Amino acid sequence: MRATLTPSASGSSSAMNMIAALLEQRAGQQIAANRAWRIETALKPLLRVRGLKTLDELVAQLSASRTGELGDQVVDALLNQETSFFRDAMVLDTVSEAIRAIQAANPERRVRIWSAGCSTGQEPLSLAMLLTEKGMMQDALAPEIVATDISPAALNRARAGRYSQFEIQRGLPVRRMVTWFESIGGDWVAKPELVRRVQFRQHNLTSDCAPAGRFDLILCRNVMLYFSPTVRRQVFDILSSAVRPGGLLVLGAGETVIDLTEHFNPSEQFRGFYAAADGATPTLTTAR
Amino acid sequence: MKTCLVVDDSKVIRKVARHILETLNFEVREAGDGREALDACLDTPPDVILLDWNMPVMSGMDFLRALKDSDIAQRPKVVFCTTENGMAYIRAAIEAGADEYVMKPFDRETLESKLQIVGVA
Repeated sequence: MRATLTPSASGSSSAMNMIAALLEQRAGQQIAANRAWRIETALKPLLRVRGLKTLDELVAQLSASRTGELGDQVVDALLNQETSFFRDAMVLDTVSEAIRAIQAANPERRVRIWSAGCSTGQEPLSLAMLLTEKGMMQDALAPEIVATDISPAALNRARAGRYSQFEIQRGLPVRRMVTWFESIGGDWVAKPELVRRVQFRQHNLTSDCAPAGRFDLILCRNVMLYFSPTVRRQVFDILSSAVRPGGLLVLGAGETVIDLTEHFNPSEQFRGFYAAADGATPTLTTAR
Repeated sequence: MKTCLVVDDSKVIRKVARHILETLNFEVREAGDGREALDACLDTPPDVILLDWNMPVMSGMDFLRALKDSDIAQRPKVVFCTTENGMAYIRAAIEAGADEYVMKPFDRETLESKLQIVGVA
């Protein structure tokens, strides 16, 4: 159940709650009462662009809007895009080990990886760098990396591969930075040969069916923590429908499958990872 | 407790760096230029050096060369720290022996990430 949010300097309780409800409805994400300040902070640029003074005025425009475009902009601004290159680097090392093992067991086909909730692309690009450096992306059977996010703005940035100095130096070792990026106009831009190793697609984890085909390994790190337990269960069903039998799921450090799904169990081979349980794939319904 | 030598001719930068490093549980020593830093390393090598590039007396580049030529057994890791972000500049620093690079101004999270990359945090 969503907490009732208290009024802020620029919005009534009613406006705050309507905006929180819109975010939950469109993206499944909840805003905790103690994080309600994010609404005001995140929407400030949008208010400025539209010449609005308060969140109540924004809600009035949302109610009058017929296209849903403003709603998309509000949701996009509220999504948490926190990410960094080589986040939890040891986990990515284990991912590369797992992919090597899957490649060895299936030499006749490409290993498929899904980075679900990739935000501005740092996770899949880190993985592409790592696998290339390990000589695993060389031939026609190189792993396929599909990266998805709900936010069109985040995906545009990911496809452009353009990062600020602040973003680039969080987690990215300098040797990788000079190998894989060019310094352009004060930003760092990923070389095309890196970006084209990742297929970026828009996808809503809480309402869309999984991308076509089955994946050997799914990364869905630091995404579930924004969802209610009910939505988490539904998302686990979607992930379960997308994973190959025996495939792997990687969650964020503080996330778990316990009490939320029976479709994944702790992997015996790869510590901290979850393996798809034997048995039937769940019948899927969308989250809403 | 790991030790970090902060080398910068700006007292303000040293103070800011010290504050961040102490919250990361480092024992912090300071030097105002490359010469002082070299003396400090010859005396007791730190685990890591946060090295400014443009300094009087001995620059960051000259310090790295001197460190390479010294007979310090356990070479400290070096994170060079500058306001420049030109590719040629960064490559030159790596070739001179720097292990990592951080652009000023930096925050706690960024510095922690760099210290993790060089294996001291």
